[in-house]
Amino acid sequence: MVAEAKQIPDFSFSTFLQKWLNRVGPILGLALVILIFYTLTPGHYLSTFNLRVVLGQTVIVAIGAIGMTMIIVSGGIDLSVGSVIALTGVITAVSLNAGLSPAIAVTAGILAGGSVGLVNGLVITGLTFHVLYFVLVAWIEILLFRAGFRLIPMAACLGFLLLLRFLLSFIIRRFSGRTLPRFGVVPFIATLGMLGVARGTAKWLAGEQTVNVPETWVNELIVLFPRPAWLLLAPGVWVAIILAVIAAIVLRNTVFGRRVFALGSNEVAARACGIATDRLKIWIYGLAGLLFGLAGVMQMSRLRQGDPTVAAGTELDVIAAVVIGGGSLSGGEGTIFGSMIGALIMAFLRNGCQQIGWHNYVQEIIIGAIIVIAVAVDRWRTARVAA
Amino acid sequence: MSDKLQFVVAFNEVPYGRHDKLKFAGQCEPMTVLSISDIHKRFGPTLALDGVNLQLRKGEVRALIGENGAGKSTLMNVVAGSLRPDHGKMELEGDPYEPSSPLDARLHGIALIHQELSLCPHLSVAENIMMGIESSRLGWLDRQSLHARTLEVLKTFHHADIRPETRVADLSLPSRQIVETCRAIAARARIILMDEPTSSLQRDDVERLFALIRKLKNEGISVIYISHFLEEVREIADSFTVLRDGKSVATGEIASVTDEQLIAHMVGRPVENLFPHRSAKSFEGQDTILEVRDLAAPPLLKRASFELRRGEILGIAGLMGSGRTPLVRAIFGLDKAESGTITLKGKALSARGGTPAMRLFQRLGYVSEDRKGEGLALRLSVADNITLTRFASCSRWGWLDLSRQRKQTERQINSLSVKARSVRQPVSTLSGGNQQKVALARLLHQDADVLLLDEPTRGIDIGSKAQVYETIAQCAAENRAILMVSSYLPELFGMCDRLAVMSRGRLSAAKPIDDWTPESVMQAAIGGDESDQRNAAE
Repeated sequence: MVAEAKQIPDFSFSTFLQKWLNRVGPILGLALVILIFYTLTPGHYLSTFNLRVVLGQTVIVAIGAIGMTMIIVSGGIDLSVGSVIALTGVITAVSLNAGLSPAIAVTAGILAGGSVGLVNGLVITGLTFHVLYFVLVAWIEILLFRAGFRLIPMAACLGFLLLLRFLLSFIIRRFSGRTLPRFGVVPFIATLGMLGVARGTAKWLAGEQTVNVPETWVNELIVLFPRPAWLLLAPGVWVAIILAVIAAIVLRNTVFGRRVFALGSNEVAARACGIATDRLKIWIYGLAGLLFGLAGVMQMSRLRQGDPTVAAGTELDVIAAVVIGGGSLSGGEGTIFGSMIGALIMAFLRNGCQQIGWHNYVQEIIIGAIIVIAVAVDRWRTARVAA
Repeated sequence: MSDKLQFVVAFNEVPYGRHDKLKFAGQCEPMTVLSISDIHKRFGPTLALDGVNLQLRKGEVRALIGENGAGKSTLMNVVAGSLRPDHGKMELEGDPYEPSSPLDARLHGIALIHQELSLCPHLSVAENIMMGIESSRLGWLDRQSLHARTLEVLKTFHHADIRPETRVADLSLPSRQIVETCRAIAARARIILMDEPTSSLQRDDVERLFALIRKLKNEGISVIYISHFLEEVREIADSFTVLRDGKSVATGEIASVTDEQLIAHMVGRPVENLFPHRSAKSFEGQDTILEVRDLAAPPLLKRASFELRRGEILGIAGLMGSGRTPLVRAIFGLDKAESGTITLKGKALSARGGTPAMRLFQRLGYVSEDRKGEGLALRLSVADNITLTRFASCSRWGWLDLSRQRKQTERQINSLSVKARSVRQPVSTLSGGNQQKVALARLLHQDADVLLLDEPTRGIDIGSKAQVYETIAQCAAENRAILMVSSYLPELFGMCDRLAVMSRGRLSAAKPIDDWTPESVMQAAIGGDESDQRNAAE
C-alpha cells in the first residue's frame, strides 16, 4: 500500500513537469544568458557572423565535454584535459612538419590522446605492469621520432605494442600466479599527475617552443567561413555536433553506456552484478582520451601552430560545462545534451562580455559565479523532488 | 567485451530453469548442491569464521541463524565470492568451488541478495534487474526485450505494478527490495543466498517473497535464508544451521526443534567471569538525570521512552537494525529526532534541534559503535583524541598548551592502562582494545555526566573488555549515569542494573536485570510486535 502509493505519481502532472524541467533547465539558462547579453550589447549579438564566432569558440570545450561527460557520469574526473590538448596539438603539428600526410598527422594526434587516456585508466585501476609497458612504448616511439624516423616507427610501434602486450601477459600468467598486487590511484590524483606529465612531454616534443605547420586542410577546421560555402559552419563544428549525437546515443542505447551509468551510480552493485568495472573504467578513460586528442587537433587548427603551453586550465572549463549541464561529480548523472548546452552557455558569456568590452577578469568572475549557481539550483531542484 | 561477460549472457539465455533439468535429469535422490566444510576466515585479530560446515541439498530452504556477529554475513560473502576463506573447502555439485570474484560466483549460479540494498539509484528498474545480463545485439541495448524480460520476472513476483522504466531512486524502500530480489532471480541462479531479505518488507510483501521462495524450491533452486525472526524461519525453512562465534554449532530439520532449543543454541555460551562486582543498589532515592519520552527518529526509531538515574547502568538489547543506534544518535543530536522530549536534570532539551556540540556542553558523552569510522580520528595522536572534546582544559586563548595536554592525557592513559608508547602516537597504531580505551578516556576527560555507550566492547580482546567494564562500573560508582547498548547479552547481564529491549524501532519498558533471562531478552528482540507490524502495514 505504501509501496503502491509511492509509484502512482509516475503519471502525475508534477512528475511530468519535473522531468520536463530537468530536460529544459539548461536550455532555459542558455536562453537567459543570450537574452541578457542581447539587451546589453549593441546589435550584433545574434547575427550569423557572431553565431559562427561563438560556435567556433565552443568546439574545443564541447568536444572535451563529450569525453568528460562519460568520465563524470562514471563517477570519475579527468584533470589532464588541458595538457592533453597541448600534447596532441604538438604531436599533430610535429607530424605535419615532418612531412606526414594531414590525415595521418590528425590520426596520430587523436591516438596519442587515446593512449594518454588509456594510461590514466590503467593507473586508476592499478594495472601497474600495463602502465609500465605503455610508458616504455611511448618513450621509445618519441626517441625514434626525434632521431629522425618518421612513418616506420608509427607502424612498428603498433606491432611492438601488441607483441609486448601478449608477451607480458604471458609472463605474468606463467610466473606470478593468478593475481598481481594492484595499487589503484584515485582519478583525481592519477589525472593530476598526468596533467604534469603530458604538459612536460608536450614541451619536450616541441623543443620548448611553438611548432609552425605548413598550410594544409588541418588549419581550416574551425575557420569562420568554410571553403565550400554550403557547409555553413566550420567542419570542426559539424564534427562536434555529430560526435555529440553519437555519444548521446551510445550513452542512452548501448550496454556500454548503461554500464557507465551503473558504475557511477553504485560501483559495488555494478561489480556484484558481474560488470568488469576495471575494464570498463579503462575503456571510458581511453575513449574520452581520443576525444581530448581530437580537441587538441582542433586547438592546433585554431592557432595554426602546435603550442605546448596552450590550453592551461581548459580542464576546468570542460568540467564546468558538464556540471552546468547537470552532471553530478558523485556520478550517475549527466547528459551529453546538457554538457553541450553548458559549453555553449560559457561561450556565449565570454563572447557577450567581449562585445560589451568588459575586461577578462569580469568574465572570469561571472563564469565562476555561474558554475556555483548552476550547481546550487540543481541541488535545490533535486532536493525538492526527494521531499 | 570480455569473453567472460559474453559467457554470462550465453549462460543466461538458457530458458528458465532449463539447465537444472538438463543437469539433474535422472537424479532421483535429493543431492547435495553446495557443500561447505571447515571454512575459516580471519579479519586481523578477530576470527570471523572458525570452522563452518554446511551441506545444502537441491531444492532445500536452509535457515542460517545466529546472533549478531556470529559470522552469517561473512559466510555469505565467502560463498558469493566477495571474500576468500583462509582455509576450508567448498564443493558445488561435487566439483571444487573456489569463486575468484562475485562474477565468478554468478557464473556458477550463485546469487546473493544483500542486507544493504545494492541498486543503482540513477538507473531504471529494468536496467537494475538485468544488470550484467542485458539483452543486446552487438552491444546495442534491446530495450523492448529488456523490459519484456523484466516484466516477466516482476510478474512471477506478482509485482507487475512496478514499471520497468521507473527510476529506482523514485521507488519506495520495499519496492527496491523487490527489485533486488528480482535481480537474483533474473540471473537464473541455482543457489540464492538471502541476507535478511525481509528487514524492510511489509507483511504482505513478505508473504509474496515466501510464495516466491516456494516456487523457486519447486524448480529445484536452493535457498540459504538468513533471518533473525524465528517465526519467519519456521514458516519458510526446511532445515536450519545455527552459527555461534563463527562455528556451526547445530544443524537439523526445523520441525524437530522448538524455539527455545534454537535460542539456546544461539546464546548458549558460558558467561565469563570478567565483570566487576557491583554492590546492589537501590535507585529509588536517586534523582533522574535523563528522561526520554516518546522519542522518534524515523524510519528506524519509532518510539522509545526511558529514564536514567544517577549511578545507574541501563542496558539496551536488540538486534542489529532494530533502532538501538538511532536512539542513541538521536539523543546525542547526531540524527534528527522527529518528535518526543528529552529532559536532562529536570530541564527540557530541544529534542528536534539538538546538535552534538550542544549535547557535549550539556555534559553528555557518546562512544560510537563505529570506532574506526566515526569514533576516533585515527591519524591523530592519542593525546589529541582524548582531549578533543575539551580542548579548553589545556588551552588558553586558542593556544594549546602541549605539556598540559600531555599531562592530562597521561593521567587518563594510566587510569585506563592504555598500552601506548607515547601520547603523540597515532591512534591507528594501537590495537583495537586500546583504541576503544582511548575512546572511553575521552569521555572521562570530558567529564560527562551521562555516558551513551554504543557497543563499547565490540571487536576487542577479553583483557581490554575487562578493563572497559571496570571503567564503566567505576563511572557508575562516581554517580554518572550510563546507557549501554550492546549485542552481547552476557555483558548486559553482567553490567546493567536495568535492561530494556529494542525491537523493530520500539523500546520495551525497562525492567530490573533480575527479571530478565537471556531467553526472554532474545524472545522480546526476535518476537517483536508482529501485530504492530501488521498495523503499520495497513
